[in-house]
Amino acid sequence: MAPAVLTLFLWMIVPLVMTLYYAFVNYNLLEPGAHTFAGLNDFRYFVTDPDFWPAVWNTLLLIGTVIVITVVFGVLLALLVNEPFPGRGVVRVLLISPFFVMPTVNALLWKNMMMNPIYGVLADVWRAFGATPVDWMTNWPLLSVIIIVAWQWLPFACLIFITSLQSLDREQMEAARMDGASAPQRFFYLTLPHLGRPMSVVIMIEMIFLLSVYAEIAITTSGGPGNASTNITYMIYKQALLGFNVGVASAGAVFAVILANIVAVFLVRIIGKNLD
Amino acid sequence: MKLSATLTTLAAAMIVAGTAHAATELVIATVNNGHMIEMEKLTPFFEKAYPDIKLKWVTLEENTLRQRVTTDIATHGGQFDVMTIGSYEVPIWAKRKWILPIKTDAAYDVNDLLPPIRSALSYDGKLFAAPFYGESSMLMYRKDLAEKAGVKFSGRPTWEEVRDAAAKMNDPKAGVYGICLRGKAGWGENMALLSTMVNTFGGQWFNMKWQPQLESKPWHDAVNFYVDMMKKYGPPGASANGFNENLALFNQGKCAQWVDATIAASFISNPKQSKVADDVAFAQAPVAVTPKGANWLWSWSLAIPASTKKADAADKFVTWATSKDYIKLVASQEGWANVPTGTRESTYANPDFKKAATFAPAELKAIETADTHDATLPKSPYVGIQYAAIPEFQAIGTAVGQQMSAALAGTETVDQALKTSQELAERDMRQAGYYK
Repeated sequence: MAPAVLTLFLWMIVPLVMTLYYAFVNYNLLEPGAHTFAGLNDFRYFVTDPDFWPAVWNTLLLIGTVIVITVVFGVLLALLVNEPFPGRGVVRVLLISPFFVMPTVNALLWKNMMMNPIYGVLADVWRAFGATPVDWMTNWPLLSVIIIVAWQWLPFACLIFITSLQSLDREQMEAARMDGASAPQRFFYLTLPHLGRPMSVVIMIEMIFLLSVYAEIAITTSGGPGNASTNITYMIYKQALLGFNVGVASAGAVFAVILANIVAVFLVRIIGKNLD
Repeated sequence: MKLSATLTTLAAAMIVAGTAHAATELVIATVNNGHMIEMEKLTPFFEKAYPDIKLKWVTLEENTLRQRVTTDIATHGGQFDVMTIGSYEVPIWAKRKWILPIKTDAAYDVNDLLPPIRSALSYDGKLFAAPFYGESSMLMYRKDLAEKAGVKFSGRPTWEEVRDAAAKMNDPKAGVYGICLRGKAGWGENMALLSTMVNTFGGQWFNMKWQPQLESKPWHDAVNFYVDMMKKYGPPGASANGFNENLALFNQGKCAQWVDATIAASFISNPKQSKVADDVAFAQAPVAVTPKGANWLWSWSLAIPASTKKADAADKFVTWATSKDYIKLVASQEGWANVPTGTRESTYANPDFKKAATFAPAELKAIETADTHDATLPKSPYVGIQYAAIPEFQAIGTAVGQQMSAALAGTETVDQALKTSQELAERDMRQAGYYK
């Protein structure tokens, strides 16, 4: 056991310690020379960035809404395709396929083919009803990113719920029906409790991955207009790969770890209560 | 007997393997633009001419390439023997001694390189990167729409003329917008165009004390002019449009005018991808107060990192890929319309090229009038037209670009956006230690 634990521990601790070290030194890749001790300067610089608080808020909003959308629609879609009907296999594959599209490709498709106010599909739909097409990236930048990311993650939630529904006890369901339980009653007292565990799995995994969303933002809005769609990860990306400022980017990363832990504690509490 | 025969064979095999191994392998990092992909395709021609050198390609998208080569060179990683870098990086890296000077011979004819490009890639009078392809910016417009609206451009129009022309040609009901310009945030996106506008309105990024000048009058004039014109005559969604988005719009006939990279000219005049190929015309980039810095200068060039152990072989490749013969080789394979442009006078003197590329004279003039060392009306401490060649610029340019896109989207006023930009730039310059 010891070697395995040791390997895993090193696997985790080495990058973490390096990040912590860099967060306390002056280190810009483009400025050769010694890494002098910076104290809390890197943190101060990152936190006093005018984009910082809007970015924290955007990060939480992005994670929260995408999770709500994927869980609610994921459950509904899973219920829909749970009953046998002709072509169910094909429908399921179609439902799951957005998950296999790479984030960058996904963002490009949505930006250029769906949401473009001149030649996008949505603009055509709007015009068909005689309305002025919505300029998504300009007027609803964060909502656009949320839609794009939710589209990508909905299949994941859906897939987990479909598999979980198949393990639902059919006899129990049948018994409830015979005893006169209505469809909503069956859903709230049988299906939903059964989905509790997969839901917490979906929420946890999505939270981890959504915290690091930046490709979709970089491609569609570049965090703009202004800071309307900038999240913490995009801020770190700007520091690390545009400014090559390793010190400040590491400080940002340390902050992101702290933020993730705070969110996780809340989530574990809420979900933990509903489980068991 | 049998054993010794086996041994001999083994030894022979090892010798063969040994010589095969002795061939120098060059790892080349490059960007996934059409011209560079063509270069990769022509690898066999190089390996035939230099049998002892093998080429290995790492082809990446522009932003990824910049991140990979910058981290590699700054940490002395030594992954690459040849790097494709922009004119922005060359003076910064040359100053740090991260790249080696290019050794050229008489056949290379270094005097044939276009002087502005050569000067942009030189540091202390020495050439530190060989230009593979170069570009400036210019005005591209639809001559059919211009005729219909009674618009005529002089060789060098003013921004006011361009705005008036946009007003006349703007026809959103027919799906044609008066002018398309970059709006997507980024130092290489909207700030490339806006910097040239600020330059020609008489402004600069930093004064001689390295203080950002973003709240000066020229910045106000230029940005107000840009936002006002784009709101009235620009396409919807302009604040998310970069080079590629505008190219798509122009190719579909949605733009009456477009000020952007000269390379775009070859795309919009190519009937294979442009619906309006027969109706495009070109003029020089618009001016306002001064012609200085009104059109940008950019070059993708090949540089040799100081960390390579194969500098001689790398030099052979770099001079091969940027030579006159290479351009002729591309012409013989793909035709003169597809050669990498913007590097050599001899290319523009070639009658076959002139016939194939209608935009050639306009492009040559644009490049020749760009000077990276004297691009602003007041004296500036930095090199570069649409950028300032200091390490901090990428971050500052992108942050300011985000503010400008907010001003264009209307979520902030121009005054507000410029004020925030100034604060952001000052913060970064202070953090970098330019002043206390």
